[in-house]
Amino acid sequence: MIERLGASILDGIVALGNFVLFLFNSIAFALIPPYKPRLAVRQIRIIGADSLFLIVLIGAFTGMVLGLQGFTTLRRFGSEGALGTVVALVIVRELGPVLAALMIAARAGSAMAAELGAMQSTEQVDALTVMAINPVQYLVSPRMVAGIISFPLLTTIFDVIGIWGGWVVGCGLMGAPSGDYFNGIAAQLESHDIAIGLYKALCFGVIVMWVSCYKGYHAQRMATGVSRATTEAVVLSSVLILMADYIVGALLL
Amino acid sequence: MTPEGNGKPNTNAVEVRGLKRSFGRQVVLNGVDLEVPAGKIVTIVGPSGCGKTVLLKHLNLLLRPDAGSIIIDGIDVTRMRSAALNSVREKFGMLFQAGALFDSMTVFENVAFPLVEKTSLSREQIRARVLETLTAVGLQGMDAKYPSEMSGGMQKRAALARALVHRPKILMLDEPTTGLDPSRTGAIHDLIRQTQRNFGLSAVMVSHDVPAVFRISDRVAFMHRGRMQLTGTVEEVMASNDDEFKRFLAGRASGDDLENNQVSS
Ligand SMILES: Nc1ncnc2c1ncn2[C@@H]1O[C@H](COP(=O)(O)OP(=O)(O)OP(=O)(O)O)[C@@H](O)[C@H]1O
Ligand SMILES: [Mg+2]
Repeated sequence: MIERLGASILDGIVALGNFVLFLFNSIAFALIPPYKPRLAVRQIRIIGADSLFLIVLIGAFTGMVLGLQGFTTLRRFGSEGALGTVVALVIVRELGPVLAALMIAARAGSAMAAELGAMQSTEQVDALTVMAINPVQYLVSPRMVAGIISFPLLTTIFDVIGIWGGWVVGCGLMGAPSGDYFNGIAAQLESHDIAIGLYKALCFGVIVMWVSCYKGYHAQRMATGVSRATTEAVVLSSVLILMADYIVGALLL
Repeated sequence: MTPEGNGKPNTNAVEVRGLKRSFGRQVVLNGVDLEVPAGKIVTIVGPSGCGKTVLLKHLNLLLRPDAGSIIIDGIDVTRMRSAALNSVREKFGMLFQAGALFDSMTVFENVAFPLVEKTSLSREQIRARVLETLTAVGLQGMDAKYPSEMSGGMQKRAALARALVHRPKILMLDEPTTGLDPSRTGAIHDLIRQTQRNFGLSAVMVSHDVPAVFRISDRVAFMHRGRMQLTGTVEEVMASNDDEFKRFLAGRASGDDLENNQVSS
């Protein structure tokens, strides 16, 4: 009994070690030659194509909801003029990076896990290995680089659309003063806030690529293995995104 | 394990001694000995599921043995760390049993892949070499297709083209002609022989095309119950009185072959 428990704890530690090592390798192999800028660019395009529409859609509605709820709340205190500041701070610091990352994880992250899982089960990964090409360097590192570049970009798009959506509803429909909306943002939104948002986006990019690639790369070599890897990639990415959101937020406040 | 093992005129491209490997309780390799002399084609035959693919995957170092040793080109690679293995792997051209073509790439890109990644040939040279190889395997005009748009036999030939294109020192072919029609099988056999002769390659090949494949083989190894039951030149093997081999050739598998090679009798 105790032996079994010990063995499973040991297995858990080994698995965790492999998980962390995978992250280390994928970043380390991005830094040493041969460099694969083309593969990274291709992945950026795939992530962008997969997720851009969703980001725009979710960004717009998030901003609109904030415009609506923010306006009704602020009106009770008679400070509708602060609407722009509230919407911008909430989106740039918090909702933009988190929601964008969740969307990209659901869209591009799951696709990535499925693709790598299928490559693993059809021996394409083994084929790379036999050709003396490091599969992590060839498959995972470009995706990691693509995530690090594209997450902040997509988050920025989300932020801009969200702030615009808040303005459309808050000022256009509900009648908050339009001038105050943008003046408030200009006065209150500091570069520190923007930096926090971008740091978060960067962390989430690493997390989503790390988890999705790890799950796909280590998928069991069968159809159910691939589908399980896909699901696990999205679930674990989402959990880690929210945990990291708290940690980064607390550290950088 | 001396690094200069490479230089001396070792006569074996691949040398395997006492190779053992189990998956869980199932013993798949139970002391395999095999020699692939430089510049020769060695064909491994044996009943389905006897461990031929597993053996090949040990030779190209995808799997690691439980015991025994593997010597490639005079270098003992058995316990080499995987990072150091790449210099050995650059000598390989491997055809996987299921092809293992990159399905996100066209046939042209697949076949060009080893050249693009591992040689300094110019674009034009690569293009010429790829088209030439595709023609040799009978896939002219198919270069823009994706693997999923081709038949199983065509995928096999594309994968063979990818294994041959960079003229590797050691060819490892897992059933290069399974799933091809008889005339195509003969043509592919000729191509393998020709490529091997022209470039002085060593080849280890797994095949079910007995006895057709013996025509291009220098040596034959009959694998049975996790070891090499019978090895020798084609003449020696064909003349042997080994019961199992005779039964295998005649297409009459013994009952326990069908029972997944459980040791019995
Ligand atoms: N990764 C693995 N995990 C567990 N068992 C395996 C694995 N790979 C192969 N085996 C087992 O090893 C045995 C030999 O398999 P192998 O693929 O080498 O057969 P084979 O001789 O190539 O057969 P065929 O001629 O049908 O291709 C099989 O019984 C198989 O179940
Ligand atoms: Mg096989």
